[in-house]
Amino acid sequence: MSALEAVLLTIITASTPLLLAAVGELVVERSGVLNLGVEGMMIMGAVTGFAAAYTTGSAAIGVAAAVGTGVAMALLFAFLTQTLAANQMATGLALTLFGTGLSGLIGQTFTGLPGVKLGALHIPGLSNLPLIGPVLFAQDVLVYASVAITAGVAWTFTRTRAGLVIRAVGSNHHSAHALGYDVAAVRYRCIAFGGVCAGLAGGYLSLVYTPQWIENMTAGRGWIALALVVFATWTPIRVAVGAYLFGTVWIMGLYVQGIGVAIPSQFLSSLPYLVTIAALLAISGNRILTRVNTPACIGQTFVPDR
Amino acid sequence: MGTTDHGGRCGYLLEAEEIVKRFGDFTANDRVSLRVRPGEIHALLGENGAGKSTLVKIIYGSLQPSAGRLRWGGEALTVPNPAAARRLGIGMVFQHFSLFDALTVVENIALAVPGPFDRDALAERVARVSEEYGLPLDPTALVADLSVGVRQRIEVVRCLLQEPRLLIMDEPTAVLTPQEARQLFVTLRRLAHEGCAVLYISHRLEEVRELCHHATILRQGRVVADVDPRSETVSSLARLMVGADVQSVNPAAREAPGPPALTVTGLSLPAGGPFGVPLRDVSLQVRSGEVTAVAGVAGNGQSELFEVLSGERPAPTPESVTIAGQPCGERDITERRRLGAAFVPEERLGHSAVPGFGLSENVLLTRHAANDHLVRTGFVSGGRVRALADRISTRFDVRFSRRDQEAGALSGGNLQKFVVGRELDRNPRVLVINQPTWGVDAGAAALIRQALVDRARDGAAVLVISQDLDEIFEIADRIAVISRGALSDSYPAHTIDRERIGMLMAGARAAGPGPERDART
Amino acid sequence: MKLVLEKRPERSRTMQVASPLLAVALTMLLGSILFAVRGIDPLHAIYVYFISPLTTLWSVEELIVKVTPLVLIGAGLAICFRANLWNIGAEGQLIAGALAGASIPILAPQWDSALAIPAMLLLGMFGGMVWAGVPALLRNRFGANEILTSLMLVYVAQYLLDWLVRGPWRDPQGFNFPKSIGFNDWHLLATFGDGRVHLGAVFALIAAAALAVFMARTLMGFEIRVRGEAPRASTFGGFSVPGTTWFCFGISGALAGLAGICEVAGPVGQLQPTISPGYGFTAIIVAFLGRLNPLGALFGGLVLAICYLGGEAAQVELSISEKTAQVFQGMLLFFILTCDTLVRCRVRVEWAARRTSPAEGRLPLGIGSASSRTADAGEATS
Repeated sequence: MSALEAVLLTIITASTPLLLAAVGELVVERSGVLNLGVEGMMIMGAVTGFAAAYTTGSAAIGVAAAVGTGVAMALLFAFLTQTLAANQMATGLALTLFGTGLSGLIGQTFTGLPGVKLGALHIPGLSNLPLIGPVLFAQDVLVYASVAITAGVAWTFTRTRAGLVIRAVGSNHHSAHALGYDVAAVRYRCIAFGGVCAGLAGGYLSLVYTPQWIENMTAGRGWIALALVVFATWTPIRVAVGAYLFGTVWIMGLYVQGIGVAIPSQFLSSLPYLVTIAALLAISGNRILTRVNTPACIGQTFVPDR
Repeated sequence: MGTTDHGGRCGYLLEAEEIVKRFGDFTANDRVSLRVRPGEIHALLGENGAGKSTLVKIIYGSLQPSAGRLRWGGEALTVPNPAAARRLGIGMVFQHFSLFDALTVVENIALAVPGPFDRDALAERVARVSEEYGLPLDPTALVADLSVGVRQRIEVVRCLLQEPRLLIMDEPTAVLTPQEARQLFVTLRRLAHEGCAVLYISHRLEEVRELCHHATILRQGRVVADVDPRSETVSSLARLMVGADVQSVNPAAREAPGPPALTVTGLSLPAGGPFGVPLRDVSLQVRSGEVTAVAGVAGNGQSELFEVLSGERPAPTPESVTIAGQPCGERDITERRRLGAAFVPEERLGHSAVPGFGLSENVLLTRHAANDHLVRTGFVSGGRVRALADRISTRFDVRFSRRDQEAGALSGGNLQKFVVGRELDRNPRVLVINQPTWGVDAGAAALIRQALVDRARDGAAVLVISQDLDEIFEIADRIAVISRGALSDSYPAHTIDRERIGMLMAGARAAGPGPERDART
Repeated sequence: MKLVLEKRPERSRTMQVASPLLAVALTMLLGSILFAVRGIDPLHAIYVYFISPLTTLWSVEELIVKVTPLVLIGAGLAICFRANLWNIGAEGQLIAGALAGASIPILAPQWDSALAIPAMLLLGMFGGMVWAGVPALLRNRFGANEILTSLMLVYVAQYLLDWLVRGPWRDPQGFNFPKSIGFNDWHLLATFGDGRVHLGAVFALIAAAALAVFMARTLMGFEIRVRGEAPRASTFGGFSVPGTTWFCFGISGALAGLAGICEVAGPVGQLQPTISPGYGFTAIIVAFLGRLNPLGALFGGLVLAICYLGGEAAQVELSISEKTAQVFQGMLLFFILTCDTLVRCRVRVEWAARRTSPAEGRLPLGIGSASSRTADAGEATS
C-alpha cells in the first residue's frame, strides 16, 4: 500500500462518521427541528456498538446496537420536543449531557479492551484497480452506506413526495398543518432518522475508526456535524463535500504531527475546531446560498390547536 | 366540474348540525347549524372571534368538533383530516398559513393533490386549469417572489385541480385590490354556475350583498341570523353581526392642516430579509392636524416603510426621514420617540407587545426613555409603571380579568386598545400606525379610529398604513398608495375613489407630476 | 393513548415554583427504580446520594466548594439563556479565566502584594470575558451561530491549557509531570473553616443576588428578558441587539472566568491538564433547574453539587461508579424540561381518539368510497 493510498484511506475513515451524522441532522433540520443532541446520540452509539460487538463477537450486531441506541435517544428527544413541546435547544443539550454521562458509565467496563473491527467489503473486480481500488472499492460496508444514504437523501428531497412534505413542514409548519399534514408525525420520523445516522456514526468510531472504546471518543464530532449542515446550506451533496473536507483537515493534523513538523501537537489537534469556526464564518455572510434552503421554522416549537 | 345534482334527499350539499367546539374553557362554536346547497354562494358573516374560522376548519377536517355532526349530501360523515375533505371535494382557500415561501408553485400545489408526485405532469395540469379559468400562473416560480394576489391564485387553482364541490374562501378579498376582487367574483360565479357550492367568509358587507345568495351570521360562537343578504342593507347586516349599532367615526371640525411634521424624501432601501420587499424612491409628507393613509395590498413594502419610519431599520441618509423638522434617518427609535414620535406596528404579539409579560412591563417597553421618570439611574420604578398601565387601561377601556395580566392572554381588540393607548397617552406629535384595526372587533376598531382622528385634530401628524379601504375612507384626510415598494403621490381623500386606488395598488403610475416620477424619468 | 397539550392562557405561577422540585423528585424516583433493578436498596441509595452529603461538616464544606463554581457560572448562563443566547462554552471560558488569572502566580511567583489576588481575579474575569467575547463578536459581525462557536472554543481552550502545562508553564522541578508550579500562599484565596471553602463562595452569593436584582429591577435586565421573549419587540423598544449580545456573553464569560481562577487559586492550587470536572457544562443544568433565575441558580447549584458528592459517596458505600452522578444530572435536565411544559400547558391523556359520528370512515356518494383510502386518512391523524 502506497503512502498516498494510506492517507486517502484514513481520510475516508475520518470523514465517514462526520458525513453520517451530518446527513442525518440535515434531514432533521430540514423538517424544522434543531437537535443539538447529535454528540450525545453518537457517543451512545459508540459505546453500545462496542459493547454489543465485544459481548457477541459480531461487529454486525454492534452496528445494530448502535443504530438502536441512536434511535432510542432520538425518540426521547422527539417525545420531549414534539409531544411535550419542550425547548429544542435545551433538550438537545440535555441529550448530549445525558449521553456523555451514560456512555461513560456503560463504557467503564469496556475501556481498554480489544475491539471487534467491522471488516472491509471488497467489490469483486474493482477493488484490485490501482490506487482507487483499495481506496474506493475495498471499504467497510458503512462507508458505502454513508454514500448511499447521502445519495438517497438528495434524491428524496428533489424527487419524492416524502421529501417535499419534509421541506414543507420545515418551511412553514402552520401551512403544513392547515393542509392536513401531521407536523409532529413527520418530525418524529425525521428525528428518528437522525438517530439512525448518529448511531451509525458513533458505531463507526468504535467499530472501525478506532476499534475500541475510549471515553469521550466522539471528541466534538457531533457538534462539527451540526456545523457542517449549516456550512452545506442544508444540501446533502454539499454536506458530503464538507464532510470530506473536514476529514482531510482532521487527518492532516495527525499526519503533519506524524512526519515530525515542529508545531505543538495541541495546535494541530485544535485545528478541526478552528476550521469549523472559520467555515461557519465563511457561510454565515452568504445570503444567496442560504436563502431558499434555510428551514424557516427551525428550532420553533409547534403546538396545533385542537 | 359536477353540474348534476348530488344534493341528496333534502337538496343540501353540506349540513352542519348543532356543531359545538370548545378550546379549554372557551366555547368557539355553540350549537352552530349551517346548510349549503349546490351552486349556492353562501356567506358566513361575523366579527373577529365570532367563530367563523373554527366552523370552516371543522368542515375542512382541520379541527374535530366537540359535539354535533356534519352531513354531506344528506348522509352523516366525519372528516378526520383535510386530506379526507379534499377527497370529498371540499377545497379551501386560506386567509393565512397555507403556502410555502421556499417552494415553487407546482410543489405547493402538489402538497394538496393526492397521487404520485410527478412534477412535470402536474405543472402541465396547473398550466391548463389556470389558463381555463383565466388565472395565469408560472408553475416553476418560487412563491416567495410572488405578489399576494398571485399567491391567492395558487390557492384557488390548487382547489380547482381537485374539481371541488364545495369551495371555502376565508376572507379572500382582504388581500386583493378592488379589481382583483372583481376578477375573483367572476371566477366564483362561474364555479357556482357549474354547480359548485361556495362558503364565503367575510366581514365586508358590501361585497357579500353583491355576491352571495345566502348569509349565516355568527356572533360570539352562535348563529344569530340566516338571511338573504340581497334583501338586507349594509347597516342591517352590520347590526346583526355586532349586536348593536356600529358607531361611525365622528370626523370633527377640521382646521387648516399645519406644516409637515413627518417627511420622507427619495428613500430607497434594499430588501431586509431574504423574502423582503425593497423600497423604491419613496417620498411622503404628513402634516400636523391630518390623518394621512397609505393604502396597499399586504406585502408591498408596508412593513419595510414602517420599520424605516420607526427607526428599527436605519435609513440611508439622515435627511431621508425627518421628524418635527429634525433629520432622523440615522437616529434610532428611542431618539425618534424623544422627538415626539410614536409608533404602533402591525403585529401585536411579539412586536408591539411582549406576550408573556404583564401590561405594566409592556408599558415600559416603549415608555422607558420618555419623560415619565419610569427609570432612574437604570432602575425601574415598578409603582410608576403600574400606575401608568392603570391609567392607560382606564382611558382606553382595556378589559382584563386580572390586574397586570399577561399581554398574550388579552383578546386582540383589548390588546390593540392597550398598545394604541400606550402611545396616544404620550400625546405624540407624530404617530405612525400600521394596520390599526387588523383582527380587532368592531367596538375596539371604532374606539381606535376615533382616537386616531381626535389625536390628529389635536394637532398631531398621523400616518395610517392600512389595507382596509373602508377604514381609510372613514378616517383619512389624504391618501397615498404603496405598490411593490413604490409610493404614489398623496391625494385629498375626497378627490380619489376606490377604482383609482385599486389601479394604483396594482402598480399603475400616478397621473400628474410627483416627486417619484421626477426622480425616475 | 395520546398526550394532548392545551396551552394555558397564562403561565401557571404554581408550576413555576413546583416544576424544579417536581423534577428533582422524579429524578429520585426514576433513580430508585434503576437502583432497585440493579438489586440495590433504593432507599439506602437515595440516602447516600442525596442526603449523606449534608450530614457531616466535612461534606457540607466540600459541597460549598463544588457549589461555588456551579453557581457563579449558572447565574451567568441563566442571563444568557434568558436572552435566548446559547452560550454553551462556559467550560472554555472557565479555562480561559483560569489561564489568564494563573499567569500572575506562574510568571511572577515572587510578587507578594495585597494587589496580587485582586489582579488575578480581575485577569480571570477578563480572560473569561475575552473567550466569551469571540462568539459574541462572530455573531454580531457575521451572524455565526453562537452555539457552535462557543462550543468549539471549549476544545481550543482545553488544548491551550494542555499545551501550557506540558510546555511553557510546566514546573521545571515537576519530574516532567504536566503541571505548573504550585501557587505560593500569597497567590491563594483566603479560606474559611477547615481551609477548603474559599472566597469564591462569597463571590457566588454576591453574584447570584446582584444578578437577581439586576434582572428584576433594572432596565438592562428588562431589555435582556424582552430580547429572549420577543426579539422584534426588543428592537421596537429601542434596545440594541448587538449590545445585549455583548453584555450577556461578557457577564457570563466573566463569571465563568472568575469561577476558573477561583478553582485554580482555591482547591486546585496550580494548573494541570484538567481543572474542572465539567462545571461549565453542568452549570447549564444549574441554570435550567433555577428556572433561568440567578437566585434559582443557588438552588440548582446545590442540587447538582449534592449529585457530584453523592456520586463519590455512592462509589465508596455502594461500590457503584461515580459516573452515575452524571447520568443523574442528565436525567434531571430531562425532567426539568418535561416539568417546564406544565408551566405553559395543561397535559391531558386521551385514551382513545374521540369519534363523533357513527359513519366514521364512510364517505357517501361513492366519492372515495374505497375503504383503503379512508383507512389512510384515519392513519395520518393518529
